Amino acid sequence: MKAFTYARAGSTADAVAADAMKIAGGTNLLDLMKLEVEVPRRLVDINRLPLAAIEPAGGGLRIGAVVRNSDLAADIRVRRDYAVLSKALLAGASGQLRNKATTGGNLCQRTRCGYFTDTAMPCNKREPGSGCQAIGGFNRIHAILGASDACIATYPGDMAVAMSALDAVVEIEGTAGSRSVAVRDFHRLPGNTPERDNVLEADDLITAVTLPAPVPGRHAYRKVRDRSSYAFALVSIAAVVEMDAGRIASASLAFGGLAHKPWHDPAIAEILIGKAPSKALFDKAADVLLAGAQGQGANDFKIPLARRTLHAVLAELTGETA
Amino acid sequence: MTNTLTMDKPDVRNRLDAMAQGIIGAPLDRPEGPLKVVGTATYASEWQLPDMAYGVFARATVPAGKVASIDREAVLAMPGVLAIHDDPRMLVNPAQGGAGKKPLQDIREIHYFGQTVALVVAETFEQATAAAKALKVEYAAPDDASVFDPESSAATVEHGPDTQRVQTGDLDKAMADAAFSVDVTYTTAGHASAAMEPHASIASWQGDQLTLRGSLQMLNYNVAELADSLAVGQSQVRILSPYVGGGFGSKLGVGEDSVAAAIASRELGRPVRVDMSRQQVFETVMRRSETRQRLRLAARADGVLTGIGHECLVSNLPGEQYAEPVTQATEFLYGGENRMLSVDVARIVRLCAGSVRAPGEAVGMQALESAMDELAEKVGIDPVELRKRNIPAIDPSQGTPYSSNTLAKCLDAGAARFGWDQRQTQTCATREGEWWIGMGVASAARVHKLVEASARVTLASDGTVKVETDMTDIGTGTYAVLGQIAGEMLGTPIEKVSVCLGDSALPAGPGSGGSWGAASSGSAVFLACEQIRQALAKKFQGDEEALSLKDGIARLGEASAMVVDLVAGKPIVGEGTIKPGETSKATRQASYGAFFAEVAVNAYTGETRVRRMTGAFGIGRVLNEKTATSQCYGGMTWSIGSALTEELAFDLRDGHLVNHDLAEYHVPVNLDVPALEVVFVEERDPHASPIQAKGVGELGICGGAGAIANAIYNACGVRVRDFPMTLDKIIGGLPD
Repeated sequence: MKAFTYARAGSTADAVAADAMKIAGGTNLLDLMKLEVEVPRRLVDINRLPLAAIEPAGGGLRIGAVVRNSDLAADIRVRRDYAVLSKALLAGASGQLRNKATTGGNLCQRTRCGYFTDTAMPCNKREPGSGCQAIGGFNRIHAILGASDACIATYPGDMAVAMSALDAVVEIEGTAGSRSVAVRDFHRLPGNTPERDNVLEADDLITAVTLPAPVPGRHAYRKVRDRSSYAFALVSIAAVVEMDAGRIASASLAFGGLAHKPWHDPAIAEILIGKAPSKALFDKAADVLLAGAQGQGANDFKIPLARRTLHAVLAELTGETA
Repeated sequence: MTNTLTMDKPDVRNRLDAMAQGIIGAPLDRPEGPLKVVGTATYASEWQLPDMAYGVFARATVPAGKVASIDREAVLAMPGVLAIHDDPRMLVNPAQGGAGKKPLQDIREIHYFGQTVALVVAETFEQATAAAKALKVEYAAPDDASVFDPESSAATVEHGPDTQRVQTGDLDKAMADAAFSVDVTYTTAGHASAAMEPHASIASWQGDQLTLRGSLQMLNYNVAELADSLAVGQSQVRILSPYVGGGFGSKLGVGEDSVAAAIASRELGRPVRVDMSRQQVFETVMRRSETRQRLRLAARADGVLTGIGHECLVSNLPGEQYAEPVTQATEFLYGGENRMLSVDVARIVRLCAGSVRAPGEAVGMQALESAMDELAEKVGIDPVELRKRNIPAIDPSQGTPYSSNTLAKCLDAGAARFGWDQRQTQTCATREGEWWIGMGVASAARVHKLVEASARVTLASDGTVKVETDMTDIGTGTYAVLGQIAGEMLGTPIEKVSVCLGDSALPAGPGSGGSWGAASSGSAVFLACEQIRQALAKKFQGDEEALSLKDGIARLGEASAMVVDLVAGKPIVGEGTIKPGETSKATRQASYGAFFAEVAVNAYTGETRVRRMTGAFGIGRVLNEKTATSQCYGGMTWSIGSALTEELAFDLRDGHLVNHDLAEYHVPVNLDVPALEVVFVEERDPHASPIQAKGVGELGICGGAGAIANAIYNACGVRVRDFPMTLDKIIGGLPD
C-alpha cells in the first residue's frame, strides 16, 4: 500500500472540499489500496458525519450515507415496507462486512473483475486506453448486457439492485451544491469511458438515498451464485409484484450480475402488467430482458440462467408455477 | 539405545489395547486449542525479533523469458528500503513433498506468470510492500512460444512415472465382450491448498547458524532442502514450526519465502521476515493439476468387473517430476483381470503442480466412483451392491493380500446410518418445491504409508511425561494424539503429559503429509514408551508385558509402587524409531470408507445444495475420536468444494491464475456444508503399524465428490462429468 494522508471530515462541506478520496466502511477501498488498484494520496473519513439516520421523508425513507448495511437490513420499516432491500442487503458479503459497509460506500463499490484487480493486467477501467483482457479471457462473472469493446465488467453489488427496483434516489453534495440522481441513472454503462463507474464527480459526496413511498406487492430478491454465501451474483433479481384478481397489477424489476450497472428496463414491467401470469408471459419478459444479450464465452450460461431465474422469481411472486 | 522396530512382520500383540490408562482413542481436546483461540500460539510471521527487517517479493508479469534488467536505484531510493535480492539460489517454486533437496533455483529465469523475481527488503512491511510493487523489471522474451493449455495440440505430452502404469490382460477385448460397459471421460479442475495461514518465514543467523521460523509440514526434509538451497551444511540449519495454520500439502517443501529470508538475513546481518500475500501464495505455491480421466469399465451381466481402465492426463511445468497420481486407488480398489492404468503429463507453463491434500485419490476417486454409478445403472443393480460385488480377495494389481479391507463394512455401516434404503432408484423421483432431491453413494480409499519416524519420551522425576519430535501439527491433532499414546503407555493422566513439536533439533519425525503422520510418529512414541516401560519393569525384575501402569502407579504381579518412587530422581528417557519394512510390500495397505450424500438441485437455476452427508471410515485404530472425526469433517468439506465450487481459473493466453484470492477461488462456506456425520468402523490393522493405526487425514476427500455427483444425477437426471459441477453445467440438462 502506498503512503497516504488521512483526515477526519468535520462536516459535509469539509469532506467535499477536502480534495480527497472518501472513506467510510472501507470494505472495498482498503482491499483495492492494498492491491494498488486505488492509490489515493489523501483519504477523508466521513464515518462521523451526521449521516447515519434512517428517517421518514416524503412518504418514504431517507437513508443516511453512512448507515451500515446491517442496520439498514434490520430496520423494521425497511423490513416491512421495502423487504426487497433488506433481502438484498442480507444476500451480500458477510455479517462482519455488513457491519462496516455503508449505504453510500456500497453504491460506489467497484467491479470484481479479476483483470481490474490485478495491476499486471491491462484494464481500461483502471488504466484508460490500456485495453481489456477480460475479453477473450476468463470472464465467467462478466456482463452480458450493455457491455462495450472497452469493458465487460459488472457492477457487483446487491443493495443497488433492490434500490433500482424501488426507484430510489441518490442525494449528492458537490462543489456546485446538492443534486439528486435516480439510482437507475447513478451507475453508467462503460462505453468508451469505463473508468467511470457512476455519475459522481471527483469531489462529490453521497449524503443519502431516499426511498419513495412503499408500493404494494410481494417482494423478492433472488441471488444466484457459485456458492451459498459470500460470493458475488452471477444473476440476481430484485422484484416487487402485485397481483389483482389473477392478473399482475404492478411490477418492478431490476437485475444484478448482468451489466455494468443494475439493469432496469421498464419494458419488462410493461409486458407483465395487466396480464395473467403464465410461463409464456414470463418468457416474453425474458425475451425483452435478453434481447441484446451477448455472451463472452465463459459467461454464455448467464443468458439461459437469467431467463430461468426470472421464471423462478415470477413464479414465486405470482403463484404461477404450472 | 534407541528402540527401533522395522515393520517386517505384523504386530499382533496389540499392546495399546492391553494398557490400563484408558485414554487412547478418547475424544480428548487438543491441548494447544486454547492457545490458538486466544491468539497465543505463535505462528511463523508472528515472532517479534529485535531489529527485524521485512521482505516482500516482486512478481513476474510475463510467463516466460529472462529478467533483462531491474531498476534498482529507483526502489533503493524509496523510504526505508534496504536491499533488493535476486540471488541465484532463490527458488522458482517450493520443493516437492519429501524431496529433501533443493528445487529449481534462479529466479532470473521466468518459468511461469507470477513467479517471484526479486525480494525487496525494507524497515517496515508496508515500505517493503510498496517498494516491491514499484520495482520495474524488464524482460527478455523467450526463444520459443509457451503452451498454457494442457489440452492444446501444441503441448508436449510425456508418460508419467512407470510406477503409475498398470497393464494386464486385454482391456479392449474385455470391453468388447462385456455384458455392460462404461467408457466415459471425466475432467476435474485444478485446486489450491488455500490454507488459512499464508506462507511466511523469519530467518536469523547467529554466526554460521541459521534459525528459520517457518510454516512448514516436514521439518526433517525441510532442513535438507533449505541447506541444499543455500549451499550450507544441514547442521547449520534449525527450523522452528510449532504451529502451522493449515498446510494441505502447500507447506510440505521449503518454499521461496524461507530461502529468500535466509539469504536476505545473511546479507543484512539482521533478522528478516518474509510474508507472502494471499495472491502470492495462490500464484507461486503448488497447485493440484487439473485432470482428464478416461474411465472404462467392463462388466459381466451380474456387474462383476472383468476390466478396468483409468487413463489420465495431468500437467506440470517442463522438467518437474511430479505427476498427480490419479490412479493410485484404482490399482487396488476393484477387481477385473484386464487393467489399463496410466498417467500422462502435459508440459505447460503454469505455476508448479504438486501435492494438494490427498494427491491422486482426491480427484481420481471421484471420477472412478461416478463411473461406477453409471455402471450400476446400466447393470440395473443398487450401486452399493455393485461395489460390494467388486471387492477383490487380493490386490488385483500386485497380487498381494490386503492388510485389512473394510470397504464392505463401511458401505453397510454408512448405508444403515444414512438411510440408503430410502433412495429412489429412478431419477427425478423426488421434488420439494423448486428442488429436485437425490441420493448418491461412493467408496472411499486412500493408500496408507508408514514413514520412518523417531521420538524421544522422558519420564521425569515428578512423574510428568514429555514427548519430543520434530513432527508438526498442522491443525490435525498431533499434539493431542502423541500425548495420548504416551499417557496410555506410561499410565500418566493426560494433564501430566506435554508434547514438544515443530523443532528440527528434536528427533526426526515423518512430517505431516500423506496421512502418515499420526501412525508413523505415534509408533515412534509408542516404541520410546516401550523402552521406558522396560526400564520400569526391570525395577520389579519383571517383564514389560506384565507391567501395568495407571495414574502414576505401577503394578507387576503382586508388587506395586508409585512411578515417581521407581524413577527415584533419575528421569528415564526412551527413544523410539519406526521404519517401514516387509509388511508394506507383503500386503496392500489402505484406509477405506464410504460416502452417502443427499443433495437438492434447484429446478430453475441448477444450484446444488448438499443437504446431508454421511461418511463411514475404516482407519485402523482411532487414536482420538474427536480429532479423527474432525479430520473426516475437513475431508468431506473438501469433497464438497471439489464437487461444487473449487476451480483454479487460468487465462489460457498467458497461464496466469485469474482467481488468485479467496473471494473468487470458492472454498465451501459454512452454508455450503450441512451437518456431516462420521461413523468409524473399528478395526486393528497389525500390518500397518505397531499401534494398529492407519492414515485418516485425507481419506475424507477421496471419493466424496463422486457421491455428490451421483446424488445430483439421482435428483435431476443430469450426469455431470466435469468437476466442479457448477450450475452452468447442470441447467442445460434439467427437465422442463
